[in-house]
Amino acid sequence: MNYTLDFTPVIDGLPNLLWACLGTFTLAICGMLLAIVIGIGGVILRQSPLKPLRWLVIGFVELIRNTPFLVQIFFIYFALPLAGIRLDPTPTAIIALGINGGAYAIEIIRGGVQSISKGQMEAGLALGLHKAQVFRLIILKPALRAIYPSLTSQFILLTLTTSIASAISAYELTSVSQRIESDSFRSFEVYFTVTAFYLVISWVMMRIFALFSSRYFSYPVR
Amino acid sequence: MNQTINSATTTEPMISLSGVEKWYGAFKALDNINMSVAKGEKIVLCGPSGSGKSTLIRCINHLEAYQKGDIHVGGIMLGHGSKTIDAVRREVGMVFQQFNLFPHLTVLQNCMLAPMRSLGLDKAQAEDRARTLLERVKISEQAEKYPAQLSGGQQQRVAIARALCMRPKAMLFDEPTSALDPEMVKEVLDTMIALAEEGMTMICVTHEMGFARQVADRVIFMASGAIVEEAPPAEFFSNPKHERTRKFLGEILGRH
Ligand SMILES: Nc1ncnc2c1ncn2[C@@H]1O[C@H](COP(=O)(O)OP(=O)(O)OP(=O)(O)O)[C@@H](O)[C@H]1O
Ligand SMILES: [Mg+2]
Repeated sequence: MNYTLDFTPVIDGLPNLLWACLGTFTLAICGMLLAIVIGIGGVILRQSPLKPLRWLVIGFVELIRNTPFLVQIFFIYFALPLAGIRLDPTPTAIIALGINGGAYAIEIIRGGVQSISKGQMEAGLALGLHKAQVFRLIILKPALRAIYPSLTSQFILLTLTTSIASAISAYELTSVSQRIESDSFRSFEVYFTVTAFYLVISWVMMRIFALFSSRYFSYPVR
Repeated sequence: MNQTINSATTTEPMISLSGVEKWYGAFKALDNINMSVAKGEKIVLCGPSGSGKSTLIRCINHLEAYQKGDIHVGGIMLGHGSKTIDAVRREVGMVFQQFNLFPHLTVLQNCMLAPMRSLGLDKAQAEDRARTLLERVKISEQAEKYPAQLSGGQQQRVAIARALCMRPKAMLFDEPTSALDPEMVKEVLDTMIALAEEGMTMICVTHEMGFARQVADRVIFMASGAIVEEAPPAEFFSNPKHERTRKFLGEILGRH
């Protein structure tokens, strides 16, 4: 063991790495927003009185949760162009992350909705509100609060999954560090630094989640 | 026969049920219910557990669907389409055993939500109305609090105010005091008594027989999904006709 540490390539590449962190962050945030939209939309469709719509959601969730993310992202990046849909790596990664995270979010949010007592729905209906209004104005927020810890840990996972977007060379931390590593052969230094960066990114995400929660879910519960 | 042409001499009932039947699968929860509640009338509905009291009043605002019979509320025939259901729900307020306040909204917001979203009031109108009614249930100083910060009795009074904010023509109460600690029952009953004195049409499922004596025009006794007996409270308590009523009264009054 006489490997001498040399962080010079890492330090030289630091601006690049920091920009790449921002890329990772962008993928994660956009992916999450899409996942939330898919999650909530999916839960609404999942409750639809129309059976085909419910089946569509169930099928979607099963498909996504039982196939590898890498294959999903390859499918969008390499297979969809054959159908005329050609996307750059970054939008591809965001869509893949959103779809994948969305499928998990559907199941998580559905659990939250089911945890809200029937009485809440009935009170809303008895006041003359429509089902959709009751869902949006009465059920949704307490439901999200109930499952917020599971949802955020799923989203931390989503944040870390952005690294798989390196497989299609999306602009993010892992692919940039791979480049620095293959130019310098400083594997230990590069991946040590990258590991630290991912930790910081996850931590920042958790702070954002906590901040959001303290604002949005500030009402007291007993 | 509600289709009387000569409406000058007949006052149409505020709420009427005729031949209502309700099934849960093969189980008959309501059996040929006929009742008519005049404007301003106060009905107390009682009966043993599982007799169908909740089911009955929940049919009136169509929280439960029923399979047979007709229900009219405030001149509207409650069909099974969403249009008349919505219309009826805007006319009748309901108060639940478990209060069912919305935990993420303040007391004031709880009261403003439906008037804004369902009646289309603007914010200022809705707030004005909400504050007036919170005043009336004597809880205006709690307007900015959240439900979890209130006692059960206070929550139930807010729930009453919230329903009244829709300016309903009638109010339905489903055991409004049975989830309360004993010391809070009175404040809720007093609120209901005040409401009754103002002339509100009310159907109350309750076992508070003191309330029934003081407020009810009629007491209706149900058993096994059917109306067994109905009478003004004095007569109902002193001279119950049916064996089941006597047995029920024996049990419920014996407890006190
Ligand atoms: N969703 C349901 N599915 C099947 N049966 C039901 C359902 N809801 C109520 N029932 C049955 O219908 C009957 C009437 O119920 P309901 O809740 O109206 O009784 P209740 O008189 O209000 O009783 P309690 O005093 O306990 O509130 C009961 O036998 C009950 O088991
Ligand atoms: Mg009941």
